[in-house]
Amino acid sequence: MHVLVKGAGVAGLAVAHELAARGAHVTVIEKSASVGGGASWLAGGMLAPWCERESAEADVIRLGHDAARWWEEALPGTVTFNGTLVLAPPRDTAELRRFASRTEGYRWLNGEEIAALEPDLAGRFHTGLFFDPEAHLDPRKALTRLQAKLEAMGVRFLFDRTEALGNERFDRIVDCTGFAAASALPDLRGVRGEMLYLETREVTLSRPVRLIHPRFPLYIVPRGGGRFMVGATMIESTDSGPVTARSMMELLNASYALHPAFGEARILEAGAGVRPAFPDNMPKVAEKGGTIFVNGFYRHGFLLAPALARQAAGVILTDISRETQSDEAHRQRASA
Amino acid sequence: MALAVYGTGLSSRLMLGTAQYPSPAVLAEAVKASGAGIVTVSLRREGAGGESGGRFWALIRELGVRVLPNTAGCHSVKEAVTTARMAREVFRTDWIKLEVIGHHDTLQPDVFGLVEAARLLAAEGFSVFPYTTDDLVVGERLLEAGCQVLMPWCAPIGSAKGPVNIDGLKAYRAHFADIPLIIDAGLGRPSHAAAVMELGFDGVLLNTAVAKAGDPVRMAEAFAQAVEAGRLAFEAGPLEPRDMAVPSTPLIGRAVFS
Repeated sequence: MHVLVKGAGVAGLAVAHELAARGAHVTVIEKSASVGGGASWLAGGMLAPWCERESAEADVIRLGHDAARWWEEALPGTVTFNGTLVLAPPRDTAELRRFASRTEGYRWLNGEEIAALEPDLAGRFHTGLFFDPEAHLDPRKALTRLQAKLEAMGVRFLFDRTEALGNERFDRIVDCTGFAAASALPDLRGVRGEMLYLETREVTLSRPVRLIHPRFPLYIVPRGGGRFMVGATMIESTDSGPVTARSMMELLNASYALHPAFGEARILEAGAGVRPAFPDNMPKVAEKGGTIFVNGFYRHGFLLAPALARQAAGVILTDISRETQSDEAHRQRASA
Repeated sequence: MALAVYGTGLSSRLMLGTAQYPSPAVLAEAVKASGAGIVTVSLRREGAGGESGGRFWALIRELGVRVLPNTAGCHSVKEAVTTARMAREVFRTDWIKLEVIGHHDTLQPDVFGLVEAARLLAAEGFSVFPYTTDDLVVGERLLEAGCQVLMPWCAPIGSAKGPVNIDGLKAYRAHFADIPLIIDAGLGRPSHAAAVMELGFDGVLLNTAVAKAGDPVRMAEAFAQAVEAGRLAFEAGPLEPRDMAVPSTPLIGRAVFS
């Protein structure tokens, strides 16, 4: 069986991995020149279903709690299992209680316990939540390594194109092109996100730190080598133009609130992208006009792509075997 | 007795903001459960308007309720006026909930800028719903500027404190006896909404208290019931508190068993 996967973001690569692992012959096409040309490249890479539950459907835990294991099995050494720390400025500790009341899988920490986890934050925060079972990865490393692994498994990649070669025939087409599929999926909308990469040697963090913010979940994820990813705004817009001054100010403000040394950090990168989302902000596998769409990952690409890729592979391979069976039955009837 | 604002009768005395819900699907269910006939939408927060927010605007329009665009996030008269004009294009309505924020941290309205922006917008034919404090003089200036409705806060935006100045709100109601008054901002719980409705306010506008609740849909319903109960109580004429106990059954003529 030969499957065409459109889109080499986190959804496309996870689907390709599930299909290839089950013996399918897979071709991936991507409109950009390399993997991660879209929203995936700007992702936080937090495998944090319990934190996400604060503002997402309960399914985010059910679908996301195996994600860290999936990534670690697919790409050993990629995942850091250090949990997530959720903090609030002293004035906003009521918000921490609200956050806690919306989810599970945490324990309360006092100032000393926070300092034990993150020595650089000693004396800065007196209360926080720790989500021990959560993990994180570097999305750019993960995508690049997954591409290399898929190529080694025999998956073919074709870049700079939106259609396969004219004479090729595929048994199935899976569309994982994110917001680019909006014309085919009328209830898909775009949610703009903005993020920064900062660099400083003056702060060390071992795990993602979320800071309670009135309008969007703000987080700082250590990427190693003194680099930090700070994200991410959520704006109901499909504009992928440059980061606005206001958003940059809010992201920098939060970094500075976490640790004043971020005031001296270098801004390596400021990026903006458009997340694909369905009305319930949860992803789905949907068949339409002969194409299988895996889309709507919203803020949860790396967290939910493994579960949805498994679902998609299940749908594709069951359909094929059902068709093979009915072909078989048809032949038997015809010969009878 | 139905509430009418700018010549339009309103089916519900509860209005909902559309920000900060877990998802548009939850928002749609919450609006339905609340029975609200009007929702407010922030043009400035949710993208640059026009095509970019297209699908989200479409979802809002599909709710089948009247949209009251707002100028949340505007800090100057100029910004607020420009945003109101954009909103008129995007939502094809002259209604505008006018916010001119004076203080970044507390989101207190800049009442001087508010009056000026209200005057400019009313002159352009807008029906202005001004977000203001409970200051009587500012309220008078807003009416002079052309507003036909006032939307005083009962506590700072998003604070969930409920009415912090009951005497001030009573005075406001008494002073503007014939003007539709809608409490905008600061409500945290249904009991707060019931309390201000009992004072005779004509309606309430909420966002955070519903959007950030554990279950926004059920909370929307709870607020709807509280608003209705409060209104009913006001119309029924609640008792004034007394300083000492008063027996609820007459004493004269009661049998004596001692």
